[in-house]
This record gives sequence, structure tokens and C-alpha cells, in this order.
Amino acid sequence: MPSNKSVSDAPITQFINCRILREHQLQRDDLWVREGKILDPEKLFFDEQGYADKRVDCEGSIIAPGFIDVQINGGYGIDFSQACEDVCSGVSFVAKKILEHGVTSFCPTLVTSPPAVYHKVLPQVKVHNGGSHGAGVLGFHLEGPFISLEKKGAHPAQFLRPFKSGDISDLMEAYGSLDNVAMVTLAPELANSQSVVRELSQRGITVSLGHSVANLSQAEDAVKHGATFITHLFNAMLPFHHRDPGIVGLLTSDQVPAGRTVYYGMIADGIHTNPAALRIAHRAHPSGCENRTGRLVLVTDAITAMGLPPGRHTLGQQVIEIQGLHAYVAGTTTLCGSIATMDMCVRHFKQASGCSVEEALEAASLHPAQLLGISNKKGNLDYGSDADLLLLDEALNIKATYISGEEVWRKEP
Amino acid sequence: MRLVILDDYNLASEWAAKYIRNRIIQFKPSADRYFTLGLPTGSTPYGCYQKLIEYYRNGDISFKYVKTFNMDEYVGLPRAHPESYHSYMWNNFFKHIDIDPANAHILDGNAEDLEAECRAYEQKIAGAGGIELFVGGIGPDGHIAFNEPGSSLVSRTRVKTLAKDTIVANARFFGNNLSKVPTMALTVGVGTVMDAKEVMILITGAHKAFALYKAIEEGVNHMWTVSAFQQHPRTIFVCDEDATLELRVKTVKYFKGANDSSSVLILLTGEFRWLLSD
Repeated sequence: MPSNKSVSDAPITQFINCRILREHQLQRDDLWVREGKILDPEKLFFDEQGYADKRVDCEGSIIAPGFIDVQINGGYGIDFSQACEDVCSGVSFVAKKILEHGVTSFCPTLVTSPPAVYHKVLPQVKVHNGGSHGAGVLGFHLEGPFISLEKKGAHPAQFLRPFKSGDISDLMEAYGSLDNVAMVTLAPELANSQSVVRELSQRGITVSLGHSVANLSQAEDAVKHGATFITHLFNAMLPFHHRDPGIVGLLTSDQVPAGRTVYYGMIADGIHTNPAALRIAHRAHPSGCENRTGRLVLVTDAITAMGLPPGRHTLGQQVIEIQGLHAYVAGTTTLCGSIATMDMCVRHFKQASGCSVEEALEAASLHPAQLLGISNKKGNLDYGSDADLLLLDEALNIKATYISGEEVWRKEP
Repeated sequence: MRLVILDDYNLASEWAAKYIRNRIIQFKPSADRYFTLGLPTGSTPYGCYQKLIEYYRNGDISFKYVKTFNMDEYVGLPRAHPESYHSYMWNNFFKHIDIDPANAHILDGNAEDLEAECRAYEQKIAGAGGIELFVGGIGPDGHIAFNEPGSSLVSRTRVKTLAKDTIVANARFFGNNLSKVPTMALTVGVGTVMDAKEVMILITGAHKAFALYKAIEEGVNHMWTVSAFQQHPRTIFVCDEDATLELRVKTVKYFKGANDSSSVLILLTGEFRWLLSD
């Protein structure tokens, strides 16, 4: 508004009295927003002779980009993998609730399911922006069914599939459609996987390695063909062995093609990985190395029971049991996903790894955005990016969540 | 001329900032009557800007009815470049205060027609009623703004090629890479600054000492363009001890003695009074 209107006369909001995460550091600076995007105040001043309509006093809070969760199976009683008539409302319900955890964009995740489920569920949820209705949907994360029987974890064995031909028909038969799919997790040791990895990468779908017994060279091969992510590092894969590091060896592999980065997802809930393992993964790629080939991405892998009280609940085609912060396949000691929230993961990661505030925040925002190839508008506070932001206190508790510059959640005082 | 000598850079910055603050307050600017301020860039005035921002934050001063005119800007440097004078003024001053963006004027070094830009700038100054107080610095070669040695002492706003001394002095802002330093600039003329009602020159550091000596103890000379202000009715030179190193002891003693009482008064009461007749 107050401006010579040479560019726009939309209202301008200025966030003052805050520290913003910019260029990998928390800087004492104001943040300007107009029409849902971060605004360059210097251009506003000189080009448009404009200034803010509205000032939001952040009272010394940290402003970080909104968190992006690329692996979340449901929550609050909703299971995304349940074939039902109205998947949309389930996804929307969870999308609204996770605003409280600082998540402004996410990938609803489907575990291994029969084709009927994919064919029914996938067409119902489209990629769309977030807002006061809830976090934005970036596309599905399809975890399975092309995974290893040995490392199926909580996935139902009867619906696992091999690659028959290694071309698009395998995917279409299983899933029905690849529209609105952001990521696929598969086991690279399966026959014909290389061409599938290539096919998916060429379509702009992120390929992730997980639920697999691949050795290091099979994993490196998959990376060469286009895989860029590791699904919950350490979990559902062969443990690190000094003569065959397996997928974990990608952390320090020298076979990653030049200019490429391998991202590794970690569930930093204090249960799925021992803090020492978290530290090993983190220290393999400390921030500050500009040409590092690996970046850590925090995920929740949250399941239906996240947000619910202890007891028995449904996940995909199986039943699970909650005990405290643990969620097991009912009757076993196999973990089947976490019930931690994204902000809990960020705090735990920082405390367990000893990393800086900036690194912890970037692992939940910038890195997932870079993984999905959307860092030109999400995951950072650069000029022109979407104004999906969080106000946090020193201890990284969420005080307020904004999407496109609008407040969509605020903590009760 | 008045020569105000403070012990160090911080005190000199504070004195200058207080002077500007007091002048604006006493002027009582309003929507009908703006206070026009000429402004410099560089490392010398940085401390002064910091202090002015502090006074604004404390509520002692508002820039709502102040119009500013910067002295110069590089030619051909993108406005968003971190070393442009637009960036300097935004980051070190404008973004922290309440000045109306329409009242902050800086020459556009990327204008299509540079000469027209210079003429328009002179008209803007005239249209604002002239400059009430022009604050400036001094180069090691005695220049004011980019009026390099040899500039006409009655010059107006124009395009200038920078002297080697200036390019070398500026290299530190461009990664010490001489080839990256702009070679031309738009600058207000010596005559433009002389038209101001009052001129305040900030000079700190031993590397400026020789220039200060040439400016005030030698004659008016176009090779040391700051010397032109010997012929201005109201000039103040604010400096630190180091900047006086090339002056005669007699000069320094005279001005220190004359200033002791007035400086204390200004700092304590915030009131300004001309105690020296010029």
C-alpha cells in the first residue's frame, strides 16, 4: 500500500523485532511480506518509495521457514493408506492439525498397499497450496510396494511387488497414476530397478532408497541413475558393516556424481535412532562445506496414532499398539512409525547432535525443499519465496505459524 | 570555520550526531517546512549514523519531515550491489528510521542519461528550498564527495572520473580487486555544497591528517577541494585527535580552547549556540 504503486498496491506487512534465518544464519533484521511472498524492502524503498502498512512485533522471536515433512502416514486417527471414499477430508484434517507443529507443507505418505488402494486414493488428493485450511500438499510419498521382504518393517508382506519389466507399466499397474506423486521409496536391489529409477527421475519424481537389503554398490548405482534420498536412514536397511556399509555407506560414498547431493531422512524422535547414530550421520556432513554431497532431512514418519492417546489403532492393513512414545506392530517389538511431531524432532535433533539452531531449522525446511526441487519458493526466507513462516522461541517451540504471510495458527498464551 | 576536536572516533561520531539531532529539533520541521540534510557515505560517517539511529529509537528525533540528499553514487554499479551507495544508505540508515522513502534522494548511477540525471538532482535540491545542513567527509586527497583534485570550486552536480587515489582507497570494499572498482561516479559539485546554509565535514583517522592540514591551513586550492569551505560562512570540521596530527600545535590549541566550553554545553544541555563569530 503506501507506495507509488508502480509494482503493486497490495498491503505490506513488516515483521519487526525478530531474528530471521537467512544465508544459514540467524540475523537481526526485519522481514517484509506482500501478496504471500517475501519482499525485498530495499527495492520497495527505492523503486516504489513504499513502506509497511502493518507491523507485527515478534518480541524477539526467531523467524524460520515453515517446516516441510516429506514422510507422514497420517495422524489424529487418520490413516492416509486406508482406502476410503473421502481421503481428501482425512488429509485436510491432518493438514490443519500439523500447523501446530510448524509444518506448512507435506507429502502424505502411503505404505505398501494393494493396487486397489492406490488406484482409489491417489486421484483424490491433488498438489495444492496451504492456507488457513491447513498445510500445503506437495504430492504423495509412495513408500512401497517395490521393497524388500526382509526389510518390510510394518508393511504387509502380501502386497510387496517386484519389477516385472522395469518400465512405466510396472508403476502404472501398481499405482494407477503418477500425477500428484512427489516421491517413491523403493529397494534398489530388486531386479530391473535401475530403469525404474531413471524413469521416475526423468518425470521429476524424487526416488528414495529404503526398506532394502542393498549393498553399497547397488545403492551407489541407484544414485547414479537418479536416486537422491534415503528413507529413514538406519531403519529398514542393512546395518553399517565395515566391509559392506550398505545404504548407510552413501553417507560417505565417493561415487556420488559431481554436483549431486544425496539427502538422508532421519526420524529424530529419540526412539528410531540412537543419538550416537544421529550424530554419526550428522557429522558425516556438517554444514559449512559448500560442496558437501549429503544433507540431512528431518522427517516424522508419523502414523495414525500421532496425536492420539495410548492403545490400539489401524495402519494400512495392519493393527498397531501405542506405548508411551513408542508405536509397535501389535504383538511384536517391531517399530512401525513414530508419533513424534516435527517440532519435537527439530528440538531433539538439536539437543542430540549438538548442532546449531540454524542447522536444526534447515534440516526441517531448506533441505526437504532442496530435495524436492522447490527451494526456489519454499524452505527459505529469500526474496520472492512463499511467506510460509514460523515464529519460534529460543527453545524452538512454535509460537505461531504463517502460510503465504497469513497467520494460520497461534499458540494459546 | 569551527574546528571541533574530540578524543576518538566514537566521540567525534557522537558529537556530529548530536549536532545534527539538535539542528533538526530546533528547526521544528513540519509538513510545510522540511529540514533538508545532505548526507555522505563511507566508513567515517558510519558511527554518526549509528548514533542517529539510536536517537531515533529512543524517541529523541524523527525523520518524518526530513528530506535527504546524498552526495554521490557510482556509475554503472547495480543498485542492489552491496557496495552501491544506495545499499549503504539503506542498510546503515534508511531501514532503521522513519524517513518517507519519497524524501530520500540519491543520484541514480544507472540512469539512461547521466547528465540529465545530474541536472534533475540540482533541480530537486532547489525545489526543496536548498540544503539546510550538508554533512560530508574528506578523501585522503582532500576531495569532498567525488570532487577529485582539479575539480572546479564552483562546480555543480555532474559525472566525474575517479582519481587513482580514490580507486585505491575504495578497493578494500571490492575485495581488494582494483579491476572491480567503478571508475566513474555522479557527484554533487563543490558549488552545490557551498550553496548549503551550513556545512559539517567529518574527518577521522591519521590517514586523513594531511588532507585536513591542506584543507584548513593552506590556501583555497582546487587540488584540495575541501579547502573551498574556507569561503563558506558556516562550516564546522569535526575530527578526532589522529586527524589533527599534521596541524600546527597552535591551530589545535586555539580550537580546543575555544571549544571546551561550547562542547560541554552542547552535550549537557542539548542546546546549540554559535560561540565563534565567523
